[in-house]
Formats: sequence, C-alpha cells, structure tokens
Amino acid sequence: MKLSEFFVTGEPLIYAGMVAIVLVTCAIVFLLTYFKRWGWLWREWLTTVDHKKIGIMYILSALAMLFRGGVDALMMRVQLAFPDLNFLNSQHYNEIFTTHGTVMIIFMAMPFLIGLMNIVVPLQIGARDFAFPYVNALSFWSFFFGALLFNISFVIGGSPDAGWTSYTPLAGAALSPGPGQNFYLLGLQLSGIGTLATGINLMVTILKMRAPGMKLFQMPIFTWSTLVTCFIIIFAFPILTVALALMTIDRIFGAQFFTLTGEGMPMLWANLFWMWGHPEVYIVILPAFGIFSEIIATFANKRLFGYKAMVWSMILIAGLSFLVWVHHFFTMGAGAFVNSVFSVSTMLIAVPTGVKIFNWLGTLYKSKIQFTTPMLWSLAFIPSFVIGGVTGVMLGMAAADYQFHNSYFLIAHFHYVLIAGTVFACFAGLEYWYPKMFGHKLNQKLGKLSFWLFVIGFHITFFPQYFLGLDGMPRRLFDTAPEWFTLNFISTIGAFGMGAGFALFVLNIYYSYKTSPREKTGDSWDGRTLEWATPTPIPHYNFATQPTVKELDAFHDMKKRGETTYDESKLKPIHMPNYSGQPFIMMGLLFFSSFALVFEWIILSAVFLVAVLVMMGIHSFDYDDGYHVEVEDIKRTERQLRGLNDEHTGS
Amino acid sequence: MSTQEAKHTPLEYQTTHGQMNILGFWIFLAAEVVLFSTLFATYAVLFGRTADSPLPSELFGAEIVLIMTFLLLTSSFTCGIAIHNMRQGQVKPLIIWMVITLLLGLGFLGFEIYEFMHYTHEGATLQSSAFWSSFYVLAGTHGLHVTLGIGWATLLIIQIVKRGLTPVTSQKVFIISLYWHFLDVIWIFIFTAVYLIGMVV
Repeated sequence: MKLSEFFVTGEPLIYAGMVAIVLVTCAIVFLLTYFKRWGWLWREWLTTVDHKKIGIMYILSALAMLFRGGVDALMMRVQLAFPDLNFLNSQHYNEIFTTHGTVMIIFMAMPFLIGLMNIVVPLQIGARDFAFPYVNALSFWSFFFGALLFNISFVIGGSPDAGWTSYTPLAGAALSPGPGQNFYLLGLQLSGIGTLATGINLMVTILKMRAPGMKLFQMPIFTWSTLVTCFIIIFAFPILTVALALMTIDRIFGAQFFTLTGEGMPMLWANLFWMWGHPEVYIVILPAFGIFSEIIATFANKRLFGYKAMVWSMILIAGLSFLVWVHHFFTMGAGAFVNSVFSVSTMLIAVPTGVKIFNWLGTLYKSKIQFTTPMLWSLAFIPSFVIGGVTGVMLGMAAADYQFHNSYFLIAHFHYVLIAGTVFACFAGLEYWYPKMFGHKLNQKLGKLSFWLFVIGFHITFFPQYFLGLDGMPRRLFDTAPEWFTLNFISTIGAFGMGAGFALFVLNIYYSYKTSPREKTGDSWDGRTLEWATPTPIPHYNFATQPTVKELDAFHDMKKRGETTYDESKLKPIHMPNYSGQPFIMMGLLFFSSFALVFEWIILSAVFLVAVLVMMGIHSFDYDDGYHVEVEDIKRTERQLRGLNDEHTGS
Repeated sequence: MSTQEAKHTPLEYQTTHGQMNILGFWIFLAAEVVLFSTLFATYAVLFGRTADSPLPSELFGAEIVLIMTFLLLTSSFTCGIAIHNMRQGQVKPLIIWMVITLLLGLGFLGFEIYEFMHYTHEGATLQSSAFWSSFYVLAGTHGLHVTLGIGWATLLIIQIVKRGLTPVTSQKVFIISLYWHFLDVIWIFIFTAVYLIGMVV
C-alpha cells in the first residue's frame, strides 16, 4: 500500500483537518511537557478506576464528539443552503452524513449519558463505587479507542460513506471497497464491548450495592432509568455485535450473509441492525427522561408526581422497544399484515410516553418553579419532544409512511426527539450535576443565553424540515433544487444558531471556572436525592458512613431529620480498589488489532489480539485486593470538607 | 454472617465480591443467550440458501456429531463432579476432574476441526453460499467459546494449584463451570436445530 493511499488526499477541507489535528496534538504534548503533567495524567486519569473521574472523561470525550458531529452538521447545512453549491462534492457529502449520524449516536449521546450515570448513579444509591471498578475503566477505554478508530478514518484510509445505518448491499465489499466501511464496523465493535460491560456493571451495582433500606421502588428516578436502560443494553447490544461481525466476515473473509451473490440476503442486515437500533434509541432517551424527572422535581420543589407510573411506563417502553423494529422499513414490502402489527406496536409506545408527559406536567402543576438553567432545558424539552412524538406517530402509520419514508419529514422527526430529548438532557444534566463534579456552578447568565440560542436555533433548523419533507425533499441529497431554497436557507441559519449556543456553552465552562463562587456545601440546589448528601468536592470514597434509607427522596428525608452521611461514631475503614494501567494498555492493544484489521492486515491484527489475550491472562493472575482508607484519614478529610472543628464532632 | 450460616454458604458466595461476580456473570450469560439467538435466527433465515454448493443433507453425518455430543455432554458432567469436590473442599479431585473436563473439551474441538476440514474439502466453505456462511459462523462461534474456555480454565487450574481453595479461587472456578454448562446447552440446540434437521431436510 502506497502512502498516498494510506492518507486521504486531494480534499482541501481534510488537509485543513490534518493541520488542525497536528497542531492540537503538538499543543497538548507541549503543555503536558511544559507543566510537567505527564505523570499526573497517567497516575490520576489514565489509570483511574474511580467512577467519578471515569464519568468526567466520558463527558469530556462526548463534548469533543459533539463538536466533531456538529461541524459535520454545519458543513452539510452550508452545502444545502443554496442550490448547486459546490462546497462539498457528493462523495464527501456521503461521508459526512455517515460520520455525523454515527458519531452523534454512538460516540456522543451514549457516552454523554453513560458519563452522567457513572458519576451520579453510585452517589444516588449510596454506594462507594461500581460493582466492578476495573471493568468500568475497561469500558471507558474501549469506548475511547473505538471512537478514536472511527474518527481517524477521515484522515487515514477514508471515511465510511454508506450512511450510519450502513445498509447492504451498498455497504458490502462489492459496492464499498476499501477500508472506510471497515472503520465503521470495527470502531462500533470496539466501543460496543464497553457499552455491554457498562450495562452489566451498572445493573449489578444497582441491584447489589444500594444503601441499607433502599428498596427498588425507593430508588431515585434517574437510577431507575439507568436500570431499565441496562436491561435494554444487555438484550440489544449482542445483536449489534453479531450484525457487525457478520458484515466484517462478509467484507474481509468473503462470506455471503448480506451479499447479492451466493443467495445472501441484504435485507437481513436491515432487520438485525434495527433489532438493535430501535432499542438503541430508547437507550439514549430513557436516561434523558430520568434526568428531566430529577431536575423537574428539584426545581418544582415537589416530590415527582406519579413516581410509580413513571417507573412502570419506562419498563413498558423498554419492553415495547424490542417489538417495533420493522417500522424503519415499512417500504421493504413485508405485506399488509406484518406492517399493521408493527404499526400498532409503534403507536402503543405513545401511551406510556404520554403518561410520562402528564406526570411531568403534574409535578409542575401548582408548584413554585425556580427557573434555573437546567430547569429551562427541561421545560423546553416537554413541548419540543411532544412535537417530535406526534410526528413519530404519523410516521408509524404504515400506509402514510410510504409518503414520509426517506424524506426530510423523517429527518425533522428524529432530530426533534433526539435533540429535544437526549441533547437537551445532556446539557441539563451536566449543568445540574456540574457543581457536584467540579465544585462550582456554571454561570447562569451565560448558561441561559446559550440555552436560548440553542433552543431557538434548534426550532429554526428543524421545523422547516418537516415542510421540506412534505414538499418531497429526500434525505441524503447533496444538491438541493431551487423550489426548496427558502426553507433550506432558514434551516441553515438555525443550525448556526445552535452552533453559537454550543460555543457559548463551552465558553461558559471556562468562564465559570475562572469566576464562579466555589460551593461551600454539597447541596447546591436544595436537592432531594443522596448525591447531594456528599460534601463537595466528593471524597474518593463517596460516603463516610452509608445512610439508611427509609423512603423515596432519601436526602430530603434526611435533611428533615437532621442526619448527614458523616457519623463519626460509626466510622469503619473503607475498602477501595487500586488504580491500574491495565485497562488502558489492554484496550490500546485491541485498538491496534482493530486498526490492522481495517486494512485487512490479518497477521498483524492477530498478533495484537494475542497480546490482548496475554494481558487478560496476566490480569487473571493478579490478586490485587485494593487497600483500606483508615478511620483517621476519613476523619481528617470529612472535617476539612465539612468545615467542622474538633469540638463539633460529637454527633 | 453467623458461623452456622457460614458453614452452609458455599465458599464462592461468602464475600459480597464473590456474590457480585457471580451475579454479573449470570447477566453476561443472558447477553450470550441473545448473541447465540441472533446467530440461530440468522441460520434459520438463511437455511436452504445453498446456491450451487452442496446441501447439508449430503454432508452431515450422524457418527462424528454424536461422538462430539457425547464428549461435550460428558465434559459437562465431569465439570459438575469437579464443583461437587470443590464444595467439599477437596483440591486434588477438583483438579483431576477439571483436567478430564478439559481433555474432553479438547477432544470435542479436535472432531469439530476435522469435521470443518472435511466439509471444506467437499466444497462447502465459508464463502460458498449464505447457508454455509451462517453454518460456519454459528458452529464456529460455539467452537471459539470452547477454545477460550479451555484456555481460561487452564489458567484457573494453575491458580488453584498455587493458592488452594479460597473465596476468590473458588468463585472463579464456579464461574467457569457456569460458562462450561452454558456451552453445553448451546451445543444441544446446535445438535438439534443444525445437525438433526440438516440431516433430514
């Protein structure tokens, strides 16, 4: 292979991307060296097994991916702003809508939510870490290297260009030769390992590590949403694992699963993909529902209305999510009966979702609402998401879907549910739990400004797209016609509004770091759940003494009774796991193995795979049992964090 | 935990860590069930799509598959005996029965490799048609699991020799026994859904 085939050449935008990557890398290396931070980076972050630090790394990576996916989106909107604009050629446009979709779903939405789960769930249930902290680190690095593998495709080898759904036969070896599609397959496979492991990890954590007394139906609603999400992950992700593996075997080893030759069956891919893909959209929306529920209850100063109905509707949604996948391809021609069944099951999902909407409204009803930034995101979510949901029911009508299918109507629908649902929730959740993570709030004024820019921009971008769809504009079109010009142009203006909103959000992180007052107590928003019972910054062992839970909204209850999570008479040494560099190295090796497989260098790939197995063997012989935090250390830490003198410690 | 309870609780369940590992592994097995279900569904959908390659009924023979089934089912039984010995705290029989289990597993693998080579020789390869692709991937994924299981169990036997029975080592051995029985269950489905049906259709 020649070097000019290895690197992507001939595209000025990609050359600019290369220059940017080289400059940023140099800057990072320079800064780390100049401030002598290499050891710090390794000891404190790359080897960490602390769920709070891993969560922060997830969120930072997700923000970077939001930037990357957002730049993709802006480039598409520029190309579509005017008819016959040659900003992107058709090939480049195909690559960009493929990477935009994949990055946003797999490497932005999911890791962002998993990051929040990482930080919040153990705190909400009064646990000191995950059930398997080492596996948690493995999960993060598998996601990180999976994302890295997928993202380098645009400078090395070329990006995939068959859409984020990668339908066969287009995505097969015959019609998409070269490494591009392999990057998609192996990048997703690599990060999928981590997602499945996180699902198992969090499920065991929630089932086995709750504070004494906390029954399942006393868990905070975000923890419930996480538990239900884990269930979906465990039953949906293996399907993706198989689907990706089959296509990889097709492309690299010449099997005939999805091919046009050898009696292969291209539509089998679409079925397998959406049997995972539809549950996947609930994997990214249920935690969002959980986040909004927490925020709305906190800032309405009320217990969540209809808590049990909220939980049961999530469980119902999770069950139904496995029974609707065919609605993604009603036009495949499965026949009236099959389409009708899936049409009905699709519309059924609107019922539990409607229950949730009314419960949020019920919580807000006659309450004293505090209009903080996280609350604004949550309030904007309700009507925006309803628009997305209603158009979803329209798409669910099989007969009507023959008109909407593959049009901008669909594009507008799923951006309405995924942005108003998931992205709003990510921003809301990050702003809400930010003081817990970093010890200071984000500036409210800047936060609100970025909120308004983003939300108004969002509606300006996507509302016109419903009408573009009804006017017949198909999706994945790189060149628009003059009769669609006005709506397209408006849409592009909105997209830049969203971009400005995001930029302001990132700026706010820096600005607040410099100017925001530091948190004095751990309870930044007069919270109701246990994460606010810890001091800020959270000691690495989370809870000095585990609280005993008697009812829902445990911390609200504790505050009424004047209890804290620090009772000196009950202190015992706390067992904690040791940090380890193995997860980083193991997943790094798996990254090289996958990279070699992308270019079909089979032997090299196998060599790295063997190295991974050797690492796993080494870990098997590692009987590292962690260490204990001594009572004296806990006392010192807690007294300092809680501002207690020696006299006041008798409680 | 009172001494009375401790006496009756198996070693592998005595620490919270052990309990969580075992529960986590059960959940992992649930995910594995989904993985194999997807492979079975793929096989069922692609059944009969042999293009111009040989039909399964022309190649599948009862003898080898019956031997393989016998070997794997027996290995599951010997694995059960090993765990029984572990529960009674007998290290030496535990190791002996585990080694026998692995030898039976190796025998199974040997026959499977021979069988695959035979089919390939007859013109039914991974590349020849959709049906044969799904056959090799379904049976091969099971075979790969058996291979990994043998490697993993070997490491655990070494650890038992070095450390004896502790809550940690016994929990590890218990988990691999769950894995081994699970592979046995999957094989029963492969034997029925793939070989028995393939022989007559």
